[in-house]
Amino acid sequence: MTAAALPADLPQTDPDVVIDVEGLTKKFGERTVVKDLTMQVRRGLIYGFLGPNGSGKTTTIRMLTGLLTPDSGRGTCLGYDILTQSTEIKRHVGYMTQKFSLYTDLSIRENLEFIGRVHGLSDPRGAASEAIARLGLENRASQLAGELSGGWKQRLALGACILPKPDLLLLDEPTAGVDPKARREFWDEIHHLAHDGMTVLVSTHYMDEAERCHEIAYIAYGELLTHGTVDEVVAQSGLATYTVTGRDLSALADQLSKTEGVDQVAPFGSALHISGRDKARLDAAIEALPETEGVEVTPSEPTLEDVFIELMSQSRDNFA
Amino acid sequence: MSAPAEPRAKPGGSFSRFRAVFIKEAIQLRRDRLTFAMMVMIPLMQLLLFGYAINTDPKSLPTAVLQLDDSAFARSFIGAMHATDYFAIEKTVHSEKELDDLFLSGAIQFAVQIPVDFGKKIMRGEKPALLVIADATDPSASGNAIAALQQLPQTVFARDLEGAAAMREGQAPPFELRLHRRYNPAGETRFNIVPGLMGTILTLTMLLFTGLSVTREVERGTMETLLSLPIRPVEIMLGKISPYVVVGAVQMTIILTTSFLLFGVPIVGSLTLLLALTTLFIIANLAVGYTFSTIATSQLQAMQMSFFFFLPSMLLSGFMFPFRGMPVWAQYIGEILPLTHFLRVVRGIMLKGAGLWDLSHDVLALVAFVLVAMGVAVARFRQTLD
Repeated sequence: MTAAALPADLPQTDPDVVIDVEGLTKKFGERTVVKDLTMQVRRGLIYGFLGPNGSGKTTTIRMLTGLLTPDSGRGTCLGYDILTQSTEIKRHVGYMTQKFSLYTDLSIRENLEFIGRVHGLSDPRGAASEAIARLGLENRASQLAGELSGGWKQRLALGACILPKPDLLLLDEPTAGVDPKARREFWDEIHHLAHDGMTVLVSTHYMDEAERCHEIAYIAYGELLTHGTVDEVVAQSGLATYTVTGRDLSALADQLSKTEGVDQVAPFGSALHISGRDKARLDAAIEALPETEGVEVTPSEPTLEDVFIELMSQSRDNFA
Repeated sequence: MSAPAEPRAKPGGSFSRFRAVFIKEAIQLRRDRLTFAMMVMIPLMQLLLFGYAINTDPKSLPTAVLQLDDSAFARSFIGAMHATDYFAIEKTVHSEKELDDLFLSGAIQFAVQIPVDFGKKIMRGEKPALLVIADATDPSASGNAIAALQQLPQTVFARDLEGAAAMREGQAPPFELRLHRRYNPAGETRFNIVPGLMGTILTLTMLLFTGLSVTREVERGTMETLLSLPIRPVEIMLGKISPYVVVGAVQMTIILTTSFLLFGVPIVGSLTLLLALTTLFIIANLAVGYTFSTIATSQLQAMQMSFFFFLPSMLLSGFMFPFRGMPVWAQYIGEILPLTHFLRVVRGIMLKGAGLWDLSHDVLALVAFVLVAMGVAVARFRQTLD
């Protein structure tokens, strides 16, 4: 299903395609972490890479940068072959690791200058100052990176990535463990960068972040299950959803989850999201509900989370 | 607070907490296979290695002969030297210059100079002088040989001298054995030990500086950033080693100054050459340490490898025990270690005044060592996270 869903009309040499990989597979011992992954990312987009923990997001990103060698498959990143031209890729790609991986015993400025020098910038000090100003880190420039809070570390890491002005940013769960305000600012920055022409591939498992991306792809158990804009992904799912409101819903939730035709029951505050793959059977299940005082059932749109949980359970049925 | 009902929460749990930590440590220890193997193998290997290799009574010491007399006496003296087992007559030379060169390059430990008309003078009862030169830079290595040598005049010509010239018991020997302890006439052990210590100290400190450098990046997670940057392994290696060359140079200066001021160790040869070759030795050790850190998967393993390298360096290099006392296989192991060559270099320059040409063999060995170690390090450096 994965391959068929991809737009096949984009040629390999299209300069607007920044990431173009086909059939990437990576095994660690017996475990296949990424399986036959094919994807394309167009220039200037913010591309959300979604999936649960351990789904192969990090492994895929590492294969794109040349940090891991795929067992099979091929592809290009910025037009450079990911198998043979990783040095060129590293020159033009900013990669922000999931775990903070700058030097904790160097100051913010020293870290940035180091990155600038490795990239051979003509004025690493100036570039570092510029990045510090852009990120609003002026007052902390001489603070050791290890002493920063999570949000500031993440800002520094992003600053280090964009310092050499890369064409492509690969951000691996950049906002994990960061407070909502810092997350908001971070995303604003990413949108600015994309506006300036940078392509951004960002992995996350926050659904609200997915909605901030131009396009998303969903990966689970090493397989790319769906991709497109958020609306396309929701529409493609074919999921029917109802929202149930009322008091004391937990008993109802237990009952519903055992009912035929109901595939998902998820509590959302004082409401339940009930979804099913087959709308007719779901309707039948809703019809069969006994009339209870104060309980209201209204049809609604599936959320991205509903779609992804559905995709995951299908995928597990097929491959587990 | 109500009394806890669970038995395990009862007071007196100190032992159980001790047990908890004990069990945790045992599990972690068992999981680290390499460490576990090293715990068993290192003591065993070292016991066997050093047990068989170390011999504080070196025999068959290389000896050169400058024979200006071909009498029966000369031949039987050389034969008698050989028979003590302490001397291996390896070279026959024709001039004192040749002898000097052999001493400077460390090819010989002893030289015998038999003067012209040695035999005739004995027959005439003139008590000629026979010169034996010992390389005394390491007094302990030549001590037993010298003791054996000094027994010789009493007994050596018992069979050669007959009739009127025959020696009687208790009579003074028919010739004089002059022993010349070259380079260290007073037999000061510290003249030998202090330059050697410089090599040992530099080995240990340099190994530890770079031994952790790559594993530390891996353990702190900074390796992923480093690998995602456009930088080559050889650039990383040289960048990581170079600052410690400066640190090593500071240490070298401290050691040399101290050994000169406090221990009175002379520097007979060229100071410039000494500094240059010590820097080469510093680089060799930094390269080994760096190589270990590219092979080890944890800082603990890198430490263990460093010590596994350091102990043979101490024991098989000629620092603690005479190199020539070791069996041939152990000498081959010793030849691999940079400290072995450095000891010859540093003792050669400081005590004997050896020049670059005299030490060319050891200098080339150090250069080769640096190149091989760096080559292995660059080849072993994992450029991916695979």
